[in-house]
Amino acid sequence: MNTLEITKDTPHNKLEEKAKKTQLSGSQAVLEALIAEGVDTIFGYPGGAIMPIYDALYDYNDRLKHILVRHEQGGIHAAQGYARTSGKTGVVFATSGPGATNLVTGLADAMIDSNPIVCVTGQVFAHLLGTDAFQETDVINITTPVTKWNYQVTDASEIPAALAKAFYIASTGRPGPVLIDITKNAQLQLFDYEGYTLCHHIRSYRPAPIIRKSYIEEAAKLINQAKKPFVLFGQGVILGKAEEEFKTFIEKTGIPAAWTIMGLSALPTDHPLNVGMLGMHGNYAPNVLTNECDVLIAIGMRFDDRVTGRLDKYAKQAKIIHLDIDPAEIDKNVKTTVPVWGNCKETLPLLTELVAETQHEEWLQKFRMLEQEEINTVITTELQPSEGEMTMGEVINILNELTQDDAVIVTDVGQHQMVACRYARFKQSKSNVTSGGLGTMGFGLPAAIGAWYGAPERTVVAIIGDGGIQMTIQELGTIMQFGAKVKILILNNQFLGMVRQWQQLFHDKRYSFVNITSPDYTTVAQGYHIPGNRIEDRSNLREALMEMLAHDGSYLLEVMVGRENNVFPMVPQGSSVSEIRLK
Amino acid sequence: MEKQEYTITLYAENTIGMISRIAIIFSRRKINIESLNTSPSEAHGIHRFTIVITESEEVVRKLCRQIEKQVEVLKAYYNTNDEVIWQEQALYKVPTNIVAEKAPIERLLREYGAHAVVIRNDYTVFETAGHREEIDKLTEALAEYNLIEFVRSARIAIIKDSEGFHKKLKEFEQAEPIEEVVENEYLDKQDKIFTM
Ligand SMILES: Cc1ncc(C[n+]2csc(CCOP(=O)(O)OP(=O)(O)O)c2C)c(N)n1
Repeated sequence: MNTLEITKDTPHNKLEEKAKKTQLSGSQAVLEALIAEGVDTIFGYPGGAIMPIYDALYDYNDRLKHILVRHEQGGIHAAQGYARTSGKTGVVFATSGPGATNLVTGLADAMIDSNPIVCVTGQVFAHLLGTDAFQETDVINITTPVTKWNYQVTDASEIPAALAKAFYIASTGRPGPVLIDITKNAQLQLFDYEGYTLCHHIRSYRPAPIIRKSYIEEAAKLINQAKKPFVLFGQGVILGKAEEEFKTFIEKTGIPAAWTIMGLSALPTDHPLNVGMLGMHGNYAPNVLTNECDVLIAIGMRFDDRVTGRLDKYAKQAKIIHLDIDPAEIDKNVKTTVPVWGNCKETLPLLTELVAETQHEEWLQKFRMLEQEEINTVITTELQPSEGEMTMGEVINILNELTQDDAVIVTDVGQHQMVACRYARFKQSKSNVTSGGLGTMGFGLPAAIGAWYGAPERTVVAIIGDGGIQMTIQELGTIMQFGAKVKILILNNQFLGMVRQWQQLFHDKRYSFVNITSPDYTTVAQGYHIPGNRIEDRSNLREALMEMLAHDGSYLLEVMVGRENNVFPMVPQGSSVSEIRLK
Repeated sequence: MEKQEYTITLYAENTIGMISRIAIIFSRRKINIESLNTSPSEAHGIHRFTIVITESEEVVRKLCRQIEKQVEVLKAYYNTNDEVIWQEQALYKVPTNIVAEKAPIERLLREYGAHAVVIRNDYTVFETAGHREEIDKLTEALAEYNLIEFVRSARIAIIKDSEGFHKKLKEFEQAEPIEEVVENEYLDKQDKIFTM
């Protein structure tokens, strides 16, 4: 800011020549870049090393909305939530040192879940780099393994190109988080601004591999010969904006399709070919039948170990077709018969064209039969218990009914996450926001704030455990200050439930440090001027949920659920998916 | 699958931090790098890394895909020893009087194609290049003649079967390359900033 002032005060310097060119400070260039990239919302937290950018932001207030979070981790999870519901790139500001290191968990989360995020961090003056200056940390090296790309700017003139690259890399190909670290001198420095050019090409960067027709032909041949084909889909369908292409493909081929929690909501829940959730706490039928299908078609999913269970016993009988934009995913975990490289928005229509119109009624019937078994053993008692303690499932069930399957559901991590993913019903894509790959407790509340900014016209419900809420509970302050209309539903089982379930099943019920007490959440919410309620009795559940949803604004509802309820079915760790336990 | 020596040849933009980005890919998987060389390549602004590891083919193939995922990496190849022409360089420092007096040394050096780089009263430095085993053998032999100091370089390798990278590079260059960004100019002035 000082430099700006000084030049203003000395107008006789090189008079005209200077006047012709637009001089901007590095900080202004950052904000111009954001505007040029179509950014409207920034999540952040200021500090000494990023003060010039915040100072410039003061003048951009009309064009850029800044949401002051209460912790940088909250900032990046909010940006992730924003990215997931809006389909746009989330932006985060943080200061150097502790500000930047507080982003690391969120970066790792965004990296593994392929969220497009651009973080701008302040850094100490360039001449102080490497001297252990106040609040200096080696942010670039700390964040290298958890970013798709990062870069340190030490000169203002580099800023437009660096940010253009950042947005391009974050949002293209397999998306991911990018971090730009800007030294304080570069933020302050004035330079001749020649406008902002969007980046469309980087010599060394191939966002998407070249599509090979021969593989698509081979894949089509396998699909046409298949008697028991089975589709597994993941977030790639959503990231590729390929929901329609995907639906057309499965409808033409009549292939049953099951989803990973990251792919959830890409296909409406009530679609006749939607056969449920894969993986450790997924549905019975898709897990069992994975080891019976003859052709397995994986679309935009990465065979995470929570999905596959024991790899040496995973779908050994099947020919495997894997559609993915990231060539490194192919063969990484599961050996592929035919790889189909590319964005599934492009590859699926090519494949659809070559496959025969089919119905696999008999095969589909198998899914229905096993589903019925699961309904009888697990689902009915979970969703419609007639007595005893409240279950997480019945809460979700009533929520579905009241929101008409049309809410954005954000979850934290634990039993409630698995229950919510299993039972929440969706009409639209981009409606499920969860921390899939990293399983980050504390994700839910801030991600819900971001999710609401990404889709402010929708009802956003954050479903969080009594453990996870306490990890980032300070973000209630952000909700209070900025009026994000987030419905917070705490499912309180008075335990770190998921860990307790494992202890019960695999550690002889030795409940070591999973007993967690909670504050009086409604009082806490009240302190933040957020209305709330707590219920312990089934007879109040529906009404309490109705009140929460009807309230115009944020609301906190705590529901006391069964202390030792378990999430079933379950594939025990180290077992094959077909050994899934119904109880 | 059986482990054997592989030479990974990768081309990357010459940017700050590239070595650590690449190294992380190995260390994260607990794979030991046996030898690493970086140098400019025949293409402007592009550096060539030669990395030697002992692993199964499957692991090496997956590694190369992960390496290629890095934004700044243009291409990563992997080859077995049969598929590359490779060399390491070695320098040996031996007391000059011993070299002068002992005839077998002279024969030894000739046998291994070593030649003198520096001759002083007190010591002589020889240089040779070859495969690791050859260099090992010479080192062993010279040890008997009061070898004072010995150093060996990382492997450098040329892939035998390569019309290779040039063609690929043209593909990469299809669209206009972006302008080069100036890297950390302040860091070049460290001697004026640091007081140590
Ligand atoms: C940051 C973090 N720390 C620890 C864990 C391990 N962990 C996974 S689930 C879980 C229990 C969650 O308890 P709670 O939030 O009460 O939810 P519940 O399982 O009871 O629904 C824990 C501790 C984690 N996933 N993330």
